[in-house]
Amino acid sequence: MNKTVNQKAWFFVIPVFVLVAFNAVIPLMTVVNYAFQETFGSNVFNWEGTRWFKQILQSDRFHAALGRQFTFTFIILLIQVPLGIAIALTMPKKGWGVPTCLILMSMPLLIPWNVVGAMWNIFALPDIGFLGHTLNGLGFDFNFTQQPGDAWFTTVLMDVWHWTSLVVLLSYAGLNSIQPAYYQAAEIDGASRWDIFRYIELPKMKKVLTLAILLRFMDSFMIYTEPFVLTGGGPGNSTAFLSIDLVKMALGQFDLGPAAAMSLIYFFIVLLFCWVFYSLMMRNEAKS
Amino acid sequence: MAKITLKDLNHSYLKNPEKESDFVITNVNIDWKDGGAYALLGPSGCGKTTLLNIISGLLTPSKGQILFNDKDVTQLNPVQRDIAQIFQFPVIYDTMTVYDNLAFPLKNRGLSPEETDKRVKEIAEMLELKSTLNNRASGLTADGKQKISLGRGLVRSDVNVIMFDEPLTVIDPHLKWILRSKLKELHQKISRTMIYVTHDQTEALTFADQVVVMSEGQIVQIGTPIELFEKPKHTFVGHFIGSPGMNVLPCKIVNGEINVSGHRVSINQSIKKLNFKKTQVGVRPEFVNFSKEGIPVKVSKVSNIGRHKIVDAVSEAGKIKILSNAQEEIPSGSAFVTFNQKYTYAYGDDWIIE
Repeated sequence: MNKTVNQKAWFFVIPVFVLVAFNAVIPLMTVVNYAFQETFGSNVFNWEGTRWFKQILQSDRFHAALGRQFTFTFIILLIQVPLGIAIALTMPKKGWGVPTCLILMSMPLLIPWNVVGAMWNIFALPDIGFLGHTLNGLGFDFNFTQQPGDAWFTTVLMDVWHWTSLVVLLSYAGLNSIQPAYYQAAEIDGASRWDIFRYIELPKMKKVLTLAILLRFMDSFMIYTEPFVLTGGGPGNSTAFLSIDLVKMALGQFDLGPAAAMSLIYFFIVLLFCWVFYSLMMRNEAKS
Repeated sequence: MAKITLKDLNHSYLKNPEKESDFVITNVNIDWKDGGAYALLGPSGCGKTTLLNIISGLLTPSKGQILFNDKDVTQLNPVQRDIAQIFQFPVIYDTMTVYDNLAFPLKNRGLSPEETDKRVKEIAEMLELKSTLNNRASGLTADGKQKISLGRGLVRSDVNVIMFDEPLTVIDPHLKWILRSKLKELHQKISRTMIYVTHDQTEALTFADQVVVMSEGQIVQIGTPIELFEKPKHTFVGHFIGSPGMNVLPCKIVNGEINVSGHRVSINQSIKKLNFKKTQVGVRPEFVNFSKEGIPVKVSKVSNIGRHKIVDAVSEAGKIKILSNAQEEIPSGSAFVTFNQKYTYAYGDDWIIE
């Protein structure tokens, strides 16, 4: 088949181009504008070159926030992915249990972020919250508003509660798409339960798991509302993840230049990691 | 290797089956001889795969027994029964190499690495997979993958029976033919009992020594391809095997004589029993001839299919198809047909009257 060359076709792209320009390119360019200049309002800008970038990249505060961010994302991925797969494996495949489980699993995903934060804040309060009160009653010295370890524990637990369902639902969909013949063949080949998981279920879930890990990485790396409502980044700066730190800098201190530079660095880190993840996980796919 | 006996087998997917229609397999009794090549033939949804899964142990029947060499295996699982089964769609372990795929069933049974290696290479040789042994299995084409599935079934030397569940569905037509001859060749080489499920009569008739025809959960006839063609024991076999299928016309039986809409048809059967709800006479289009007298028909259509012509005619009792030589003159309009007595049978309630 010969393709006809028709440059007029570009006109069809204009509406999308305009939309993307207004909701992504122009706002992003504004950030770029701030990242290279200093302003004191009234639309007066002074060129600063890469000064803000150097400042951010060398600041201990940024390093600490980045470290906390990676630690948090790493912990929740480490918990949510295996836990999600495990739950999906134990979910029923037919009968009334299916809709029940699916609805129960979707519930946390349907709750707005700030409500999740508020819920867990009250839930974990050491004096009146169910979780906090129970833990203290059991003899643990639990106070997430004062002790960094407890704040981390609560934040991670909240995120696991809120988002493991996503991994569960994706894994469940992946598991359900496996033809029964695979299980039958494995049974005939004398495969153990672990073999079935290792050689059938896991490879067949690869695509959805790639998606789940990517989504969970991005979302957790950009997490803001829930910890903001739950801990406000505290106690001290102990749960001030990148986005919380960014907002503090941009709106709290009104350091627009460094904040813009930080946004861009932040953006590139997310982009880079998504690309690395994706290429790593799709590497074998390309080979075959 | 084993003789397989199915005794009074009934199966329902419901927990508490009540009516007869709840059963997908009803009253199956059959002996599969050791080393035979069988085809299980029937339309989609007739219970072939269910029957196969019952033999392999993936399903436990609601009623009845399965015996391997007269030993009851009804409650045993597929591993204990030592069977191999190949499915409609290629089942491979994506992350393993072709070699590991073939070695997998042996490894699970605790064979020594040397023995495994020997068997895998032997099977790879047989299936022409040697050059791809170290490739990842997921990169192969559909027929390559299906060869791996076949290989995993054939690699074990101790299997009682190898079962194929429409294994060539996803294979290209020309490769189908090659793989089918390969299977036939393998059967001769290793002389293991093989059961081949299919809804394609050509596949069944070319592969098997004995064809088992199923319809609505019942076995309607077991026989060689020739027996099925020449003497269908059930009108379903007549319809299903042969192209076009058998002509089945309603008839009356009076004093042992067959009467089709007022015309006498002679047959070789002697009929004693007569308490049928429905009586029919069946004859294959190959055995219907035009004649000067007999049953009056009107020729409605003639289709030329190369060496033969298929003639559609209408009689008072119903439509009759006639297969005639391409050279033969076909009368147009009104004509008479006669049936070859040797291959004309009377059926009572769809079963041949004996």
